[in-house]
Amino acid sequence: MTTKRSPEPFAWLLFSAGGMVAALLVPVLLLLFGIAFPLGLLSAPDHAYLASVVSHPITLLVLFGLCVLALLHWAHRFRYTLYDGLQLKKYGVPITICCYGGAIVGSVVAAVVLLRAL
Amino acid sequence: MSTRDAASSEQRLYRPPVSLTWWLRKPSYLLFGLRELSSVFIAWFVVYLLMLVYAVSSGSAAYQDFLDLSANPLVLILNVIALAFVLLHTITWFGLAPKAMVLRLGARRVPPGVILAAHYAAWLVVSAVVAWVILR
Amino acid sequence: MPETITIEVWRYRPEQDSEPAWDSYEVPLRKEWAVLDGLNHIKDQLDGTLSYRWSCRMGICGSCGMTVNGEPKLSCSTFLTDYAPGPVRVEPMRNFPVIRDLVVEMGDFMAKLPTVKPWLVSGDDEPDEDAEYLQTPVEMDDYKRYSMCINCMLCYSACPVYALDPEFIGPAAIALAQRYNLDSRDAGAEDRRDVLASAEGVWACTFVGECSVACPKDVDPAGAIQRYKLTAATKAVKDLLLPRGAR
Ligand code: SF4
Ligand code: FES
Repeated sequence: MTTKRSPEPFAWLLFSAGGMVAALLVPVLLLLFGIAFPLGLLSAPDHAYLASVVSHPITLLVLFGLCVLALLHWAHRFRYTLYDGLQLKKYGVPITICCYGGAIVGSVVAAVVLLRAL
Repeated sequence: MSTRDAASSEQRLYRPPVSLTWWLRKPSYLLFGLRELSSVFIAWFVVYLLMLVYAVSSGSAAYQDFLDLSANPLVLILNVIALAFVLLHTITWFGLAPKAMVLRLGARRVPPGVILAAHYAAWLVVSAVVAWVILR
Repeated sequence: MPETITIEVWRYRPEQDSEPAWDSYEVPLRKEWAVLDGLNHIKDQLDGTLSYRWSCRMGICGSCGMTVNGEPKLSCSTFLTDYAPGPVRVEPMRNFPVIRDLVVEMGDFMAKLPTVKPWLVSGDDEPDEDAEYLQTPVEMDDYKRYSMCINCMLCYSACPVYALDPEFIGPAAIALAQRYNLDSRDAGAEDRRDVLASAEGVWACTFVGECSVACPKDVDPAGAIQRYKLTAATKAVKDLLLPRGAR
């Protein structure tokens, strides 16, 4: 077995980091911007204030980390969802390429969008 | 492993098939399936977040468009479902974390309950800070 | 309490059936009777052709694993009264090929187990015959839980990953590897790493967690696997960053 050089441990570490970041940050952000503001439960911050928050380098750094790690988390978990849930392990190589390819493309898009906000 | 196959040439073994819907067989398997599906909604959240940032950095009219879009019933329903899945992710994630982590203080192992509580405390603090920054 | 309970047994007789079938038997319902006692009653009084494995009748030998009402159980430790008024459905352990009735083929597990070297590997080239290898209670606590495994394979029967990917080394084999990896007298962790840290080792596991639910000895194989993932990942990072000598 060619095991020691397997990329699995790194994929798993990134999956775990992404899972942790997502677990901590996503619920509150989704609750505010996805539900509380649209329903009018809380009034949405005005544009000038939100723009100042979003353009702050620390915010951008946190959001970039969140996007990249959350996408890598998705790539790893979704790959196994297809393997086990739909029994597609025989297509392991194309699935892996699609999942991690998607995460990389998503990360590049995230970098572009976030840099634009700087 | 070849032992299974070696045995089958002498015996007529019965091999029960694995159904494509094995994850429906038990409630615990279904919960596992839903937990794994949560990753799709986390990916959706990344898309939604980038749409928000893009709108905010494009000016106040674009931001208003984003707010209108987010109030669209279909988007709202999607986000309610996504939040349910994300909460499932958070709760199961914290529940499983103490299994991988074995922390020690001196010779004593930190009890799993303490590690679990620390995760929830961190969640509370992070959520409060984020909410404070956004709502201030 | 009713006088009797129906046991529905999954039957497979390779010399006559091409497909499995169900047979029903009425057995006395007694407070102290486990499912295994019901099966013994069937075999002794009603139908001598029924095949199943058992030995100790006290949850120690690990040979009586079956699927009882859909759940992996030791049939000697699962009581009929818990299923009253019945019927109780008894099937062979899942995820294994079936030889006959409730008897499964376990060669796969037997072949995998030695690959993780589940024994103490000595670090010394020439161990001293008379040496004592002392260990404190705290050191023993590190692995004691994993040493309770009785090789019943209920965890494999509960594991959907093993069902889908029979190459997966599986819960008990990894828990037993950790039983020795975490033993202060053992020096074999590096030897076991090739198998444990392979794609068919811990990385195949998606942490369904059902193995730990099924385990009658509270071994927690899911926890053992999760812990080893962290160990293997830490080692992989070290391999990448540190020069050979400093590891
Ligand atoms: S880990 Fe538990 S369920 Fe698995 S073989 Fe050992 S005793 Fe049985
Ligand atoms: S007969 Fe020995 S464990 Fe059940």
